[in-house]
Amino acid sequence: MDLRFTPEEVAFREEVRTFIAENLPRETRERMRLGYRPKKQEIIDWMRILNRKGWAAFNWPQEYGGTGWSAIQRMIFLEENLAAPAPELLSFNITMIGPVLIQFGTQAQKDHFLPRAKNLDDWWCQGFSEPGAGSDLASLRTRAEKDGDHYVVNGQKIWTSTAHNADWCFCLVRTNPNAAKRQEGISFLLIDMKTPGVEVRPIISIDGSHHLNEVFFTDVRVPVENLVGEEHKGWSVAKYLLGNERTGIARLGSSKAAIRRSKEVAKEVRMKGRPLIEDQAFRTRVAQLEVDAKALEITQLRVVSAYAKAGGNKPDPVSSVLKVKGTELLQNSSELLMDVGGPQAMAVWQAELAAMANEPEIGPEWAPQMAPAYLMLRAASIYGGTNEIQKNILNKAVLGL
Amino acid sequence: MDFDLTEDQRLLTESVGRLLGDTYGFEQRKQLLKTPTGWSEALWAQYAELGLLGLPFSEDHGGFGGSAVDVMLLMQDFGKHLVLEPYLSTVVLGGTALRLAGSADQQDEILPGIAAGERRLAFAHYERQSRYDMTDVLTTARANAGGFVLEGAKATVLHGDSADTLIVSARTAGGRDDEAGLSLFLVDANTAGIARRGYTLRDGSRAAELSLSGVQVPREALLGQQDNALPIIRRVVEAGIAAGAAEVVGAMEAMQAMTLEYLKTRVQFGKAIGENQALQHRAAEMMIALEQGRSMAMLAAMMVDEPNDAERARNISMAKVGVGQAGRFVSQNAVQLHGGIGMTEEYAVGHYFRRVMVFEHLYGDTAYHLDLLADQVA
Ligand SMILES: Cc1cc2nc3c(=O)[nH]c(=O)nc-3n(C[C@H](O)[C@H](O)[C@H](O)COP(=O)(O)OP(=O)(O)OC[C@H]3O[C@@H](n4cnc5c(N)ncnc54)[C@H](O)[C@@H]3O)c2cc1C
Ligand SMILES: Cc1cc2nc3c(=O)[nH]c(=O)nc-3n(C[C@H](O)[C@H](O)[C@H](O)COP(=O)(O)OP(=O)(O)OC[C@H]3O[C@@H](n4cnc5c(N)ncnc54)[C@H](O)[C@@H]3O)c2cc1C
Repeated sequence: MDLRFTPEEVAFREEVRTFIAENLPRETRERMRLGYRPKKQEIIDWMRILNRKGWAAFNWPQEYGGTGWSAIQRMIFLEENLAAPAPELLSFNITMIGPVLIQFGTQAQKDHFLPRAKNLDDWWCQGFSEPGAGSDLASLRTRAEKDGDHYVVNGQKIWTSTAHNADWCFCLVRTNPNAAKRQEGISFLLIDMKTPGVEVRPIISIDGSHHLNEVFFTDVRVPVENLVGEEHKGWSVAKYLLGNERTGIARLGSSKAAIRRSKEVAKEVRMKGRPLIEDQAFRTRVAQLEVDAKALEITQLRVVSAYAKAGGNKPDPVSSVLKVKGTELLQNSSELLMDVGGPQAMAVWQAELAAMANEPEIGPEWAPQMAPAYLMLRAASIYGGTNEIQKNILNKAVLGL
Repeated sequence: MDFDLTEDQRLLTESVGRLLGDTYGFEQRKQLLKTPTGWSEALWAQYAELGLLGLPFSEDHGGFGGSAVDVMLLMQDFGKHLVLEPYLSTVVLGGTALRLAGSADQQDEILPGIAAGERRLAFAHYERQSRYDMTDVLTTARANAGGFVLEGAKATVLHGDSADTLIVSARTAGGRDDEAGLSLFLVDANTAGIARRGYTLRDGSRAAELSLSGVQVPREALLGQQDNALPIIRRVVEAGIAAGAAEVVGAMEAMQAMTLEYLKTRVQFGKAIGENQALQHRAAEMMIALEQGRSMAMLAAMMVDEPNDAERARNISMAKVGVGQAGRFVSQNAVQLHGGIGMTEEYAVGHYFRRVMVFEHLYGDTAYHLDLLADQVA
C-alpha cells in the first residue's frame, strides 16, 4: 500500500496543469475564477482545444480517439481541470453518450456520432427524468410507437439540463407498455432536437439562471436506426450509462477551488476589526473542510484503483460514497464562500454587465456569483440520483439491509 | 412566564392573516416583484389602516402601544407570506431609532407620519468594508456653520431606494473601529449630494447603495447625542434581529407545511415518498429545528427591551445563532425533500429559502454571533 502518487503521476499532474495554464483562454479563466459559469461558446472552445490535444475523450478507449490513461490519470486530469477552474467537459458527450455508443452503438452510430461528440460538434442532453419519474426512473411514460422505419414519440421530459443548447438528446422511452416488468419495456433513442414536434421550454432555477428545461415531444418521428442497443432493452443501456464513469462524480476539484477562493477573499474582508482569515473560528471551519477534502481524495483513489483492478467495467456501489461526500463537500464549500462574502454576496447583480453598462458596481467583483453558486449547488444532492437514493443503494448493495 | 396570546394579539394575527391571505398569493407576489418599486403602495396604505405601521408606537404618536411580542407576531405572518413592503426598515429600524433617540420634536414630526403610511425610513449604517462590524464607520460628519456636512458611502441599505428619510450614521469624532465618536442624522433622502443606487437582494427585497458627498444637513438633523450613537445603533440592530428572527420563523413554518404536504402527495416507487422512514425522520428533524428556532425568536422578542445592555446583547446573539442554524437546516431540507421542483423559481420553497438566506447574512451571521458569544465564555 502506498498512498503517494508515483513520480510519473506527479509529472503527469504537472503536465496537465501546465497545459491548462497555457491554453485556457484568459477571459474564460477570469470569469470562472469570479464564479461565473462558462458560456456555451466558452465550453465549446475549451472542449475543442482539449480535443486538438487529444484529451477531450479522456475516458474513451484509444481506438475511438481516447487517451488510454489509467484511472488515476483520469482522476488527476478531471481534478486539475476543475480546480483551474476551466469549463467542465460536457458530461453528456464525454462520460455519457460516448461510452454508451462505444459499448452498444452500431458501427454507423459510432462512425457518425463519436468524433462529433468529442469535438462538441453536437451538444447532447439527457432526456431521462419525467414529471412522474424522478428517483423512480423506471416509471417513465414517454411513448415511442413503431411506424414503419420510424418511432413516433409522444410525451414529456423535465429537468433536461442545457436542452436549449442541445443538438441531440438521448432519451429513455417506453416501447412496450405491456411488459411484465416496467424495466423491460424501455428503449434508448437518439433524438435530433431539430425534429418537428420537439419543443423546449425553459425552467428558471432559484439561482436565477436558465439551466433546466422541459422538453415536449408531439408525434416526433425518429428513424429506427437511432435506436441504441436492442429494442425494449434500454434499461440496461441506461444502467450502464449511470454506472459507467464514476471518477468525476465527487467533483473534488470544484470544492478545492471554492475553499481556495474562500481563503483568498477572507484576506480582504473583516471580522471584528481583523482580516477574517485571522479569525480562529473561520480557520477551524476551513481546516474541517480541508480534512473532509483529504478523506474524500483518498477514498476516491481507493474506489478508482479498485475499479481499475476489477477490469473497469462493473460499477462499484461504493461510488455512492463518493457521490454523497462529494456533493456534501461541494455544498459546504460553496456555503463557506458565500458566508465569507456576507451581506455583499446577497445583492443581485453582475460585475460584467455593470462594466458593460458603465454602471457603478454594487459590491466587490468577487461578490455577485457567491450566492448563485451556493443556490445552484443545492441541486447537487438531487441530480444524478439523490443522496437519499445513494444511501438506499449502499443499504441494499453493500450492507445487505 | 406566559406563552399565551392576549385577546388583542389574537385579533391582530387574525386580521393580518386575512389581509395577507387575500393579497399575498404566490402569483400576486410575483407580479409585485416585477414592479419598479418591488412592493405595493396600496398594501402599505392598508397596513396603515389596520394600525400595523404604528404598532410599536405610543398612542400619542398615532400608534397602538404594542409590545415587542406584537411585532414578533406580525413579523411571523410577514415571513409566512414573504411580505415585500418596507416594514422592517421603516417601522422596526427607523421607528426604534426615533423612539430611543429622537427628541420630542423629532418624534412628533415623524412617528405619526409613519403610522399614517405617509413616511418611510431607511437605516443607513453599514458600509461596504464593514461587513458585520458595527464600529467600522468611515463616513464622516463635519460640523460647520449650517450644521453638518456628510461625506462617505453606505451599503446594503434596506429599502434605501424608496425611503423619504434616511437615518445615517457618521463619525463626528474618532477613527475607524472607535466605539466613541459616532452620531446619527435624520436626512431627507432628496438632499443634494446624496446618490442612491437601488437594487434587488436575492430574496426579491429592495436595497440601495448610498453615496454622500458634501451633504449639508442642519444642526437639528442630529438624532440623539453627538459622538455617542453606538448604544442606539446597537439597539436598532437588535430590534432588526428580533423582527427578522420572527420572519424566519414564519418562513420556516411555511416551508415545513409545504414539505409535509409534498411528502404525503408525491408518489415514487408506488407509494408516497413520506412513507420512507428516512424522510419521516428528516421531517421530524425539521420540526425539531423549527421549534428550537421559534423558541429563540421568542427569546429575542422578550429581550429586545431588556434594560441591561450586556444581558440583552448576549441573548440577542444567541437568538441570531439559533434562528440562523434552524433556518438553514429547515430551508436546505425543504429543498432537498422536494427534489427538482424545489430548485425552481416557479415554486415557493426557493423563495422562502432565499429570504432566510438573506436574513442570515444581515446584522452578523451565525459565525459572527457565535464569535461574540465565544468571547464571553467564562
Ligand atoms: C439541477 C438539476 C439538473 C438535472 N439534470 C437532469 C438532466 O439533464 N436529465 C435528466 O434526465 N434529469 C435531470 N435532473 C433530474 C434529476 O435526476 C431528478 O431531479 C432526480 O432524479 C430526483 O427526482 P425528482 O426531482 O423527481 O425527486 P423525487 O424522486 O420526487 O424525490 C423527492 C424527494 O424524495 C426522496 N426520495 C424519493 N424516493 C425515496 C426513497 N425510496 N427513499 C428515500 N427518499 C426518497 C428524494 O431523495 C428527494 O429528497 C436534474 C435535476 C436537477 C435538480
Ligand atoms: C440507561 C438505561 C436506562 C433504562 N431505564 C429503563 C427503565 O427505567 N425502565 C424501563 O422500562 N426501561 C428502561 N430502559 C430500557 C429502554 O427503554 C430501552 O432500552 C429502549 O426502549 C430501547 O429498547 P432496546 O434496548 O430493546 O432497543 P431496540 O428497541 O431493540 O432498539 C435498537 C435500535 O433500533 C432502533 N429502532 C427500533 N425500532 C425502530 C423503528 N421502528 N424505527 C427506527 N429505529 C428503530 C432504536 O432506536 C435503537 O437504536 C433503560 C435503558 C437504558 C439504556
